Amino acid sequence: MKESIIELYNIAKKYNDVKVLNEVSFNVYKNEFVTLLGPSGCGKTTTLRIIGGFEKTNEGSVFFEGENINTIPPYKRQINTVFQNYALFPHMNVFENIAFGLKIKKLDDKIIEKKVNSILKLVGLEKFEKRRIDSLSGGQQQRIAIARALVNEPKVLLLDEPLGALDLKLRKEMQVELKKIQKTLGITFIYVTHDQEEALTMSDRIIVMKSGKIQQIGPPTNIYNEPINSFVADFIGESNIISGIMKDDYQVSFLGENFECVDYGFKKMERVNIVIRPEDIDIVKKNEGLLNGEVNSVVFKGVHYEIGVVSKNFEFLIQSTKSNNVGSIIGLNFAPDDIHVMREM
Amino acid sequence: MNVKSKYLAYPYSIWMMIFILFPLFLIFLYSITLRNPNDIKTITFTFENFAKFFNPIYINVLIRSISVATLSTIICLFIGYPAAYLLTRVNEKNKGLLILLFILPMWMNMLLRTYAWMTILGNTGLINSFLSLINLPNVNLLYNNSAVILGMVYNFLPFMVFPIYTALNKMDRSLIEAAEDLGADSFTIFRKVIFPLSLPGVVSGIVMVFMPAVSTFVIPRLLGGGKNVLIGNLIEKLFLVTRDWNFGAALSMIILVIIFISIKILNVLKIDKESGVSI
Repeated sequence: MKESIIELYNIAKKYNDVKVLNEVSFNVYKNEFVTLLGPSGCGKTTTLRIIGGFEKTNEGSVFFEGENINTIPPYKRQINTVFQNYALFPHMNVFENIAFGLKIKKLDDKIIEKKVNSILKLVGLEKFEKRRIDSLSGGQQQRIAIARALVNEPKVLLLDEPLGALDLKLRKEMQVELKKIQKTLGITFIYVTHDQEEALTMSDRIIVMKSGKIQQIGPPTNIYNEPINSFVADFIGESNIISGIMKDDYQVSFLGENFECVDYGFKKMERVNIVIRPEDIDIVKKNEGLLNGEVNSVVFKGVHYEIGVVSKNFEFLIQSTKSNNVGSIIGLNFAPDDIHVMREM
Repeated sequence: MNVKSKYLAYPYSIWMMIFILFPLFLIFLYSITLRNPNDIKTITFTFENFAKFFNPIYINVLIRSISVATLSTIICLFIGYPAAYLLTRVNEKNKGLLILLFILPMWMNMLLRTYAWMTILGNTGLINSFLSLINLPNVNLLYNNSAVILGMVYNFLPFMVFPIYTALNKMDRSLIEAAEDLGADSFTIFRKVIFPLSLPGVVSGIVMVFMPAVSTFVIPRLLGGGKNVLIGNLIEKLFLVTRDWNFGAALSMIILVIIFISIKILNVLKIDKESGVSI
């Protein structure tokens, strides 16, 4: 039986009469890695700041282990935050930064030293105690910020786009490392990012947000394979979104053709959006697939080619390991379960 | 690019040469020479001017000047820091107005502002007129050390407020949130984060108040009534009345060295050199 550690109930937040959060409700289980994902301005950081206690809600409640913590100031919450810009204290060295929280708790000096050393080992920065903050690289500062939060052994760690300032390679390394740290320490992570790949790699569950509202909550595979609407489909990875009509259960029509699909439960003749992932479309010989199209563009992307194919005035984006000549006519093939049908927004 | 920026610095360097380095050099020259009234062409080098200073009378003047300036600086710090802190807390609309109120008196001539205090503190001034109106005995408010210190604090307070305000204002808000996140209450946040990070501003403020306070001659003359001579008055008299430019220059050099040493001492306090306001 999974136990909730954080619950948000019907949160609403306004800045100068502009609603930035509306009816936000979700819960986070113990030891879970939850990611708030969405474009900038979707309210994900505000949600995180409400959990941290830095913002007050206009409506709704935040519960921590079943207790309402709406009025509890940040310094009394058993929650720590890794800030987007790290917010390391420039007038203290690495040791003093990490020991800051422990010193406030008035722990014994020897215990503080032991804890700081073991957390530095965890983030791979042993012997860095005496270093000045401005002598560290971005990646190192980032690790110190994580260490400073983790050393307090919080029950929940909030991370606000902690990898945003790092280069791609370092970011990938840190993703793996953060996930490892989370598993080793068994701490609940609530992670904010706009990077869908990051969210898919690290999370147990993803909460997709848009304009202050939650769009979908679910494990990465569900979010990717069964996006609830075209926004989620478009935001999580690349997709072909085509408008169509649901003729009947398991029967959908788009681009003037009828296709077999696995979706049901729609009204007859309901207008819908169809999502087909670029990697789910196979290129076959002319007339051997479900649709024919003309190759419009071919872009080499390293592992695969990104091929634009125009069929009946719609340009499909296809990912394929094989290249094709621009201008050639080819066939497109996809299976019924590659067609994702969703209600129009 | 580099060559171009070098050329751009030329006017500034020339300006510095003519208006800063050259006069300083002249003062230095005067301080180590003696004037020969009969023959202006011969210059005698001597340390006599400096030796003359080691006389209890002059030493006392210096000590009095330093203690009055120090006291004024401390009072400025205790009034200026909270004021600067409040300035960073008020909302944007009121901030502009408050800053204007702090700057506004500086638009007026310092002499005028000091005269204004004379009319407030004087024997027939505002306060004493009010006292006699309610049949209380007059008090001597003018022409003492307190009046001089009041004048210094009033005139130099903005020089304390603004460097501190700048240091506090540019401080990253997320640092305060980070401290709060790590369990610090507001007092601990101030003690461990806000105050240490504002130190460069505090040091600049101290220097900017102490420097004019230790050398001013207008305020002690008008509000002190010339009873307690400060080093500034002494230098003024030596140059304009006694016409002993050489001894006056030597005293100026001594003040210069004292200010230089006190800045060096204060700089040790400035832990964060990178984010510091350089003096």
